[in-house]
Amino acid sequence: MTAPATASRTLAMVERNFMLYRRSVTPLLSAMVEPVLYLAAIGVGVGLLVGDVPGVHVRYAAWVAPAILATTAMNTAFNQTSFGVFTRIRADRTYEAIIPTPLSIVDIAYGEVVSAVVNAVLTSIGFVVVMAVTGLVTSAGVLLAVPASVLVGFAFAAGGLAATTFLRDFADFQYVQLVMLPMYLFATTFYPLWTYPAALRPLVEILPLYQSIQLVREPALGHLGWSVLVPVAYLLAFGTLAMRIATRRMARLMLT
Amino acid sequence: MWREFTYWLLQYKRTWRGSIVISVANPLLFLLGIGAGLGHLVDRHAPAQIAGVSYLAFFAPGMLAAAAMQTGFIESAGRVAMAAGFDGSYRAATTTPLTPAQIMAGHLLFIAFRLATSAAAFVVVMLAFRVTHGWWTLGALAGALLTGLAFGAPAAAWAVGLRQTRHINSVFRFVIMPMYLFSGTFFAVAELPGWLRPVAYALPLYHGAALCRTLSLGTATLAGTAVHAGILLALAVAGIAAARVAYRRRLQP
Repeated sequence: MTAPATASRTLAMVERNFMLYRRSVTPLLSAMVEPVLYLAAIGVGVGLLVGDVPGVHVRYAAWVAPAILATTAMNTAFNQTSFGVFTRIRADRTYEAIIPTPLSIVDIAYGEVVSAVVNAVLTSIGFVVVMAVTGLVTSAGVLLAVPASVLVGFAFAAGGLAATTFLRDFADFQYVQLVMLPMYLFATTFYPLWTYPAALRPLVEILPLYQSIQLVREPALGHLGWSVLVPVAYLLAFGTLAMRIATRRMARLMLT
Repeated sequence: MWREFTYWLLQYKRTWRGSIVISVANPLLFLLGIGAGLGHLVDRHAPAQIAGVSYLAFFAPGMLAAAAMQTGFIESAGRVAMAAGFDGSYRAATTTPLTPAQIMAGHLLFIAFRLATSAAAFVVVMLAFRVTHGWWTLGALAGALLTGLAFGAPAAAWAVGLRQTRHINSVFRFVIMPMYLFSGTFFAVAELPGWLRPVAYALPLYHGAALCRTLSLGTATLAGTAVHAGILLALAVAGIAAARVAYRRRLQP
């Protein structure tokens, strides 16, 4: 059995990741470019064709923006613990260099997840600023997107880490895409839940991204109620479960 | 040339299952998600506002061209840079009687094969959605192939001399992605603010999307098709000419 993670050793891993960022912030900045472009093309461009979202009475762009924020938090966190971690295992062999140090594989796992969450929060702050500058803020509740991105980041960082332990090769990432792309398209990012037939709605509602979008979008549009606790509980449970799977499997794979 | 082509075909035999799933699933998901789902909202608000057809019929051919561009760029730039690298397969090929120009031609032939197969998969999905029909469909397929080569050939010319592959990601993010979103794929270029329109008309993908869309909807005119196809063809030919020089420079000892 491996020793449980400790805060100081986890932070050593986080520090290692951020030392790389000190050399260049371009990875984080370029992670912002794509969602902003999507916001402009789909939110504003296609939004002209859509007008107001039926039943919500806000401009389409203002309705899409919080969802793109949630997907950005998801992608930032997920990419770091999936593609990033796999590269560090397979190509860079970073962990082989870390294992002889006092850090255990569990410390590495927690360290990667914490730094992924920090990145998710940073991109969320950046995106809230973009929304404010472009006049897409409808309620002060949009500020809750920042704490929400901690949860979204945690759930998907842990999920990405767990998924990574099942991959054999870089080519396997196309199967990861096969899960992530439909989730991105169908989790009510671009159109509301009522456009689906009633029978399909539960399938959409159990998606972790749907819960993440609910957590960000509802407060951002000024609907803040107890119902927000549902996605909070869901994402916590999802992240915790994924974290257990990830640490167990990583410990076994690394033979520590 | 054939030897280089069969080399890549042999490589592809190892991973084709995954990529077939991707090349069918991707268009299917995008057409369902954006075309049908978001199209539901669009058609509700402004029925037949764009070119007099449903949003799905408008979006599908644009996406066909955009997907061909992405396949052309990624298949070409990524693999060419790897193969030209220190322990890439080009190094091994140069010790055989193959000339750099033959290596280039064989690899581009394989890229054309990948473009044709994934565009064919896309078109089959479009037919299933009944957003295109008849012989026009074959024209749209050819348009997609041409679009892919207009990006693939210049990308190969650029990537073969590349020492660091991370530049490919930057170009994808800052050149390919914006082009994908603003070339009339998701919404008509006429909707852009006036000062941006000339920029959009200058984008190669605009011509690819326009070519595929008019052919797919059966509204193509001879002059329009000639202009769009001519620009793409010029890009592909210029790319091949540049690639000949670049391959010789990198691979000739």
